[in-house]
Amino acid sequence: MTKILVDGVEVDVPSDFTLLQACEQAGFEIPRFCYHERLSIAGNCRMCLVEVKGGPPKPQASCAMSVKDLRPGPNGAPPEVFTKSPMVKKAREGVMEFLLINHPLDCPICDQGGECDLQDQALVFGVDSSRFHENKRAVEDKYIGVLVKTEMNRCIHCTRCVRFTAEVAGTGDMGAIGRGEDMEITTYLESAMTSELQGNVADLCPVGALLPKPQSFRGRPWEYQKTETIDVMDALGAAIRVDSRGREVMRILPRVNDLVNEEWISDKTRQIVDGLKTQRLDRPYIRESGRLRAASWQEALAAVAAKTKATPASRIGALVGDLAAVEESFALKLLAEQLGTPNLDCRQDGAKLNPKFGRASYLFNATVAGIEQAGAALIIGANPRKESPVLNARLRKRWLKGDFKISLVGERADLTYGYDYLGAGPESLMQFIRSAKPAEKLLVIVGQGALARDDGEAALTLAAQAAQNLGGLSDGWNGFSVLHTAAARVGALDLKFTPGAGGLDARAMAKAGALDLIFNLGADEIAIEPGAFVVYIGAHGDRGAHRADVILPGAAYTEKSGLYVNTEGRVQRAFRVVFPPGEAREDWAVLRALSGALGAPLPFDSLAALRRRLVEAHPHFAQVDEIVPGEAAQVIALANHPAVAMKDSFAPAIENFYFTNPIARASAVMAECSALAQGRLAQAAE
Amino acid sequence: MSVRRLAEKQSETFEFTPENKAWLDKQIAKYPDGRQASVVVPALWQAQKQNDNWLSQAAIENVADALGMAKIRVLEIATFYSMFNLAPVGKYFIQLCGTTPCLLAGSDEIIDVLQRRVGPQRRVTDDGLFSWLEVECLGASCTAPMVQINDDYYEDLTAENFEKLLDNLAAGRPVKTGSQIGRVSSEPVGKLTSLTSLYGDGAK
Repeated sequence: MTKILVDGVEVDVPSDFTLLQACEQAGFEIPRFCYHERLSIAGNCRMCLVEVKGGPPKPQASCAMSVKDLRPGPNGAPPEVFTKSPMVKKAREGVMEFLLINHPLDCPICDQGGECDLQDQALVFGVDSSRFHENKRAVEDKYIGVLVKTEMNRCIHCTRCVRFTAEVAGTGDMGAIGRGEDMEITTYLESAMTSELQGNVADLCPVGALLPKPQSFRGRPWEYQKTETIDVMDALGAAIRVDSRGREVMRILPRVNDLVNEEWISDKTRQIVDGLKTQRLDRPYIRESGRLRAASWQEALAAVAAKTKATPASRIGALVGDLAAVEESFALKLLAEQLGTPNLDCRQDGAKLNPKFGRASYLFNATVAGIEQAGAALIIGANPRKESPVLNARLRKRWLKGDFKISLVGERADLTYGYDYLGAGPESLMQFIRSAKPAEKLLVIVGQGALARDDGEAALTLAAQAAQNLGGLSDGWNGFSVLHTAAARVGALDLKFTPGAGGLDARAMAKAGALDLIFNLGADEIAIEPGAFVVYIGAHGDRGAHRADVILPGAAYTEKSGLYVNTEGRVQRAFRVVFPPGEAREDWAVLRALSGALGAPLPFDSLAALRRRLVEAHPHFAQVDEIVPGEAAQVIALANHPAVAMKDSFAPAIENFYFTNPIARASAVMAECSALAQGRLAQAAE
Repeated sequence: MSVRRLAEKQSETFEFTPENKAWLDKQIAKYPDGRQASVVVPALWQAQKQNDNWLSQAAIENVADALGMAKIRVLEIATFYSMFNLAPVGKYFIQLCGTTPCLLAGSDEIIDVLQRRVGPQRRVTDDGLFSWLEVECLGASCTAPMVQINDDYYEDLTAENFEKLLDNLAAGRPVKTGSQIGRVSSEPVGKLTSLTSLYGDGAK
């Protein structure tokens, strides 16, 4: 720790702090454009200049000079930093004037207006008029993909986007060509960016040079209602802020949550906004002579009630999809219990995860933040880049620090970091478990690609054995980590939404003739064969709705409050942003109404009452934003299962990153991204 | 400097010759594993030499692949340094210094000659022999005005001796590099004007 005086305020900071961090610690804000906490230091915007005593007698870039670079005074007095001296004021005015020389005065037609760092800082630190009477520089706009629009005249060359794609995203998409006044930010010959995190460069851009393309010229930031909630596009549960205007969701931005997503979100999380408006189920439907016709709630509920009463309990099933909140899954479970059916499942992909093995058998026990403590990693049947791009960025962050050996079993893919490829299937994994040397704090990531198959339990056992034998389990470290792809999965497993005694699992339920009536709560990734009467409760007209005999319109994730449990077991609360469209209702209310129509109302009349019941039955749901950790003993028990011979290679869990759920499939922007990505694949295959 | 882009007309392919490939492998081996990117400037320079003194897109991509770099990283280097030509140049590529000392010593006359004989900047003559470019100071101000033709300096130019130089180059006759008026390195023209008590005729 080093003492330093900032404007007369003494602070004690680590000696490797930069002056900028020390000033912030002392409570003085330093203006900046190029500096960003999560990127490397560039020191090229010069906006953070301060005056120092104990260093060179000229304005210093506070982001690029560390506290230990300053010398104490002759009598041991601590070095001093001034952030408000005349020299600093003049320096800031000068830098700002230079930045504005080539920056167009187009704030009124710029989408960044109102949330622009340059605008704000010009107001606070700039001078009132320009002395520049020559022509401004003009720069051609570049095509860099379908998600980010460019207005390159506005670029101030902070290079945040370049550093982001090179360091965090790891794709090295962007760069600065030319030099001096002719420097231009672009991708390689204006090709589209390839990262699943590319949308973040628009957030990072301190000016209006890089803007989210789908949102261009739609609205101003001060018009929006801002709701802080949780993302459900993957099982990471990234913290997001949803901006809405009236009844319309306008855009989705990341929030800072260092434990989960730092401050990044994937492109799917950010840009499915248009999918929330298309293909919506806004009224009930009943299938009559093969065609779906619009119906009233009474008609639809009566049709379901009649069918339910005519069906024996053992011929009824209930499925939970990938986007359901915990409350509605719980309500469906209560309903199923009331009907007396053992046919429940939340694993529509057929993943062999089972709450009977204990909570540790299906959690990402190492935790997302824990990835940074890991000493080595073994990835089994997962492609983290597609299954959870932000988590993949964490893995890359750990890998960049060095001394982090990653091994992969499964499909070979570009994960943005280097790894040892062990092989495609279980054989290579078993070989590795037998022969590899134990590592300190091994992280074993097992993906749904290894689990969603008939012998998935054997894969789970192998993964547990890898964790047990190769250093994945030690004091204070549980490296056995299941990477989920569905936001609803962990919560539903916590509810034990799995087949009861003698019950059928999802795949068996979907078989023709297995059941007569299936309640489908938003399960769209499973093909239910003809025969059963399907009641679909969901928000989008996707596969589930096409197969349905009665559609009860539900709410998308931005239209309901609810709990979600992410892949590491963190209980998080999502909040309603806007109301569901038309006659659609929140899913728990649909289930409550349905139970009323059946003549046996579920014991709650509000979400709060439902949540109370939920917490009584499962107390850990009360600990919002916390993780109730799984026990290592459960992983050891899992490892002691007898090994079963496995053959086939692990297949990828996600074929197309942009089409993993009904909302994404309804989004035109995602379709565009997908087409681009497929084009790249085809090109690479040539 | 101006905005530098790749040439519109590109050559289809680029492969290092076996000798250059061997040379490149030797250079890469000088650096620790994972630090191959350090060789990018020499690699581009060698590629340019092999490719008639200019860098095509194929050459840039070849270097990127050889060094395991993202293509944009190599493009950044190639567009940053003016020593890399991004479009075809003449067999004799003339870089004319137009910075203050050369300007004062008469680089305008040399420019006139070039414009008359070669044409505007960056244009390659029809016979493919010459193209020229005005560049910033090449560090030979004491023998101004001067040009650099390919790897060599030609100094103390006048309109006459420069024309003769171009004639000789065009005809394939041998030419003298360095000062065109017989000066050795940077010694004064004529006789000493300072330190005369120590050197030259006035020395004791």
